[in-house]
Formats: sequence, C-alpha cells, structure tokens
Amino acid sequence: MEREKQRELLHILEENGRRSAETIATMLGTSIEEVKETIEKLEKEKIIIKYPAIVNWEKVDENDLVTAMIDVKVTPKREVGFDEIAERIYRFPEVQSVYLMSGAYDLSVVIEGKTMRQVAQFVSEKLSALDSVISTTTHFILKKYKHDGVILEKPEDDKRMVVTP
Amino acid sequence: MSMQQMTTNQRLSRTIQQIPPSGIRRFFELASSMEGVVSLGVGEPDFVTPWHMREAAITSLERGYTAYTSNSGMYELREEICRYLSSSFGVGYNPNNEVLITVGASEGIDIALRALLDPGDEVLVVEPCYVSYDPVVRLAGGVPVAVRTSLEDQFKLTPEQLEAQITDRTKAIIFCFPNNPTGSIMTKEELNALARVIEKHDLIVISDEIYAELTYDTEHTSFASLLGMKDRTILLSGFSKAFAMTGWRIGYAAGPEDIIQAMVKIHQYTMLCAPIMGQIAALEALRHGMDDKNRMVESYRQRRNYIVKAFGQIGLTCHKPEGAFYAFPSIASSGMTAEDFAEQLILEQKVAVVPGSVFGDGGALHIRCSYATSMENLEIAIDRMDQFLQKHK
Repeated sequence: MEREKQRELLHILEENGRRSAETIATMLGTSIEEVKETIEKLEKEKIIIKYPAIVNWEKVDENDLVTAMIDVKVTPKREVGFDEIAERIYRFPEVQSVYLMSGAYDLSVVIEGKTMRQVAQFVSEKLSALDSVISTTTHFILKKYKHDGVILEKPEDDKRMVVTP
Repeated sequence: MSMQQMTTNQRLSRTIQQIPPSGIRRFFELASSMEGVVSLGVGEPDFVTPWHMREAAITSLERGYTAYTSNSGMYELREEICRYLSSSFGVGYNPNNEVLITVGASEGIDIALRALLDPGDEVLVVEPCYVSYDPVVRLAGGVPVAVRTSLEDQFKLTPEQLEAQITDRTKAIIFCFPNNPTGSIMTKEELNALARVIEKHDLIVISDEIYAELTYDTEHTSFASLLGMKDRTILLSGFSKAFAMTGWRIGYAAGPEDIIQAMVKIHQYTMLCAPIMGQIAALEALRHGMDDKNRMVESYRQRRNYIVKAFGQIGLTCHKPEGAFYAFPSIASSGMTAEDFAEQLILEQKVAVVPGSVFGDGGALHIRCSYATSMENLEIAIDRMDQFLQKHK
C-alpha cells in the first residue's frame, strides 16, 4: 500500500479500531486483502501497537481509580543514560506511562491505583527507594476532560439543522 | 380616503409573488419535529470551524476590531485571496479593484446578477443546481432558462446542451462545479469545450466555485483560468465549505474590474461590508488553515467511497461524485417521486434526505444525500435505507 493511503488507514484505525477491513477498504478505495495485509504488516512493525478502548471510568461507579502524574528527578548512568532507570520504572505494573522530559525534572511517570493510599505507598516504597531516584513530586489527577484526543465530558452535538437546501 | 387595507396580492411585488417558496420547507418542518433522525440532508460540513480560526476572531474582538471595513473588504484579505487564487488555480487578480469580499458566496451571486441584468435578459441556469439560482435571477429582473444535465452524462454540461438554449436575449450563464447537488466536476478539457461556445455567443459566466477545494480524484480547474475567459468570468467562492465556516458568511467575487466595481456599488449601498470578525477568521483560514482543509477533505473522500459503494449494494444507482460532499442517487427503481420517497423515508426510517426535485426538474428522480456526517451515521442511514427499499420493492 502506498504511503499516503497507509497514513489514512492509520488515522481511520486510530479513530475507530473496530472498523471492518471491508469498510476500510471501501473508504480508501482499495482491496480488502491489501487492507488486511497492511494492517498485519503495521502490527508486525510495531507501528500499530495495540487496540485499546478509551473508557470514561467516571461513569463506571464501582471502578474508582486514582491517577497520579509524578515528576521524578534521577541521576543518569554512564553508557545507558536515562534508559536503564526508565526501564526499571516502567516494569512496575502500576505504571501506565513513562516519558523522558526536558526542564525541571527528568521523568514523568503516570501511575494508576485503586486508592490514594495505594499510589502513595507505591511512590514512597517502590519509586523513591530506587537508587538513581533523587526526588519525586506527586500530582493527583482530579478530573479528566480530554484523554488521548477524546473529549470525555460532553460529546460534540451536531448543531446543524436537520435539512438545509 | 378609504380605510380598506391592501390585500397581500396588492402589497407584494409581482416578482416576489411569482417566486415559489423553497421546495423543502414543509419537509424541513417535518424533519425538525422528529427525534432521532439521522440526517443526510445537511449541506454543510460536519466539522466545527477549526479552533485557530475561531481563536483569531475571539482575539480580534478582545482587541476591539468591531468596526466597518472598507466596502470591498479588508485589503489584507483581498490580497491573500489573490495570492491563493493565483497559486492554486493559476488565475491572477488585482486586490485593488478586481476582488470584493461578500456576505457569503450567495450575496456574490445576487449582486453579480443585479450588476449584469436588464429586465428580460435571459440567464442560463445549469440544472440540477443550488436552489437559489433561479429565484435570484428573477429577483434581479432576469429570466432564468434551465439547461438540464443528466445522469447519462454524469451531470456534466455538454456544449450541445448549452448551445441549444442560447437565444439573442441570453446574457449570462450560471453554473457550479463541483456541483451541489450532484457532486459532478468538469475537467479542463470539458470546460474548454464550453468556453468556445461561450465566446462565440459572447456570454458572461458566473462561476460558483464554492466547492473548489473539495475534489477527490482530480484537481479543480477554475473557469477564469481558461484561455480568454478571465475577462468574461465572475468567479465566486467563499470559506464556508472548505474551512467549515458556513455561519461566518464570508465569500468573495473576483472578476474583471468593470463588473466587480459595479458589484461594489450595489454592495456598498446594501451590505456596506462583510462582518469584520468573519473577515479576520477568513484571513487566518487562508494563511494557516490548509492542513485543516486537507484533513477534512481526506475524511470526505473516505465517506464518499463508502456511501457510493453502499448505494450500489442496496440497489440505488449512483454515479461517483468527484467533488463537493453530496451523492445524488437515482430512486427511479422505487417507483416513487423524490418527494414521496424522502417523506416516507423520514417517517418510516427516520433518515432525512433532500428530494432532488428542489434542485430543478432534472433532479426529479433523485435524492441528495450529504455525506458530511460521521461514518457511524452513514452506516446507520444506509442500513435503514436498505430496510426501506426492501419494504418498498
């Protein structure tokens, strides 16, 4: 599949990962086989990494997760720089994401826990205890308005008239 | 003196009485009164104006830009439009006297006709077409003469069809490619063939190019860019469709100085100028909005591909629209008129489409389906139309 089409295909999947190969093929004006092959190739190349669902957990009462973003200052190591410590941190199952940052601190770590206490425990007992970690600052997320490009709060209504000439 | 009041017939001008109300008014009221309607009836983008353009307008208000602009519109915007027309379509205009910013392309059409026509002058209107062409010709004192295109020619205008309707009184021709409602486009070669007829009969062309940015397989050719045509063409366009700015009402007319200046005269005595906030947002759109436009076009193309194939699968003949965001399938096989089809469809399946007859007699056995709506909505609409057709076989 040509580059331009491949990019379009990625956009379609990013918007809705459950769209059938048949529909995608129609939308792109190509064959179903080509779409299937390309998706397989993109998965193999780790360009498509996963097909997650974006859940608005606030609507699911029984599942009240807390999310914290933690600024971490670390001492980089010779040869491996920040990579080694980043890897040690992302292996913890509580950790949702790890980014290397420029500016006031080095790593931004996103943690998800069942309770605030659980998150606090993770930070004090596991994260801060790591050798290279110099300091941490924990920010709890109070409310999510937009997540991964999706507005969670209010869906955009179609404000147009039903029929226009 | 008699206290008797004039009747409506006496009060209103004969011209306005002879113009029928829009063919979809009753239908529109029906559609608006129902809940849960999936609408393919909307002739505007389903995107909201990209944020940076809205932001530009908000900032301009905060800075106090609330006054009139020059009658012809902000000079900066005119200059930017000229740059755009030259780089995109290869036709050069002078921002000083060959461009006018209008209140939507609709105003441009109106004042172009008013600037050109004397009572009784004939204007060729290429059908199916946008609902307002015929009435605005009449309002300007002209006589609209329909030139019909057909499904067999993919709704393109042929030189023969054109020539057949020309008389001594024909002054101008008005057409829109990419077309609303058919989605047809005309290639450069096809337009060139028309240009020779237009030259021969010395006609003025009102070329509505509001959908110029929305083409899916080939690039748009601007009529004014053809050899010898610039001096007889009024190019009309605007920001509504390409940049999802319908509510801002910003359009423009570009053409030969004498005609544009005549239009400025009408515009300055009636509109004065287009709203300044809209002009500022439009400036932002031309300067920084092309990526947004490309993203929207990409999405329309995908939906176009989907809806055309889906129509085929549920048994509606539909030519492949190459521009705008409308599909115009034939409903002849259902045995119903377009009005009945549209009305039954919304009552039974809650899908709104526009009967093709409102776009002129040539559209009588078609419905206009706008695919400027989400893929999810399109899938639901197709599903429901399938059920509808099964039932009315």
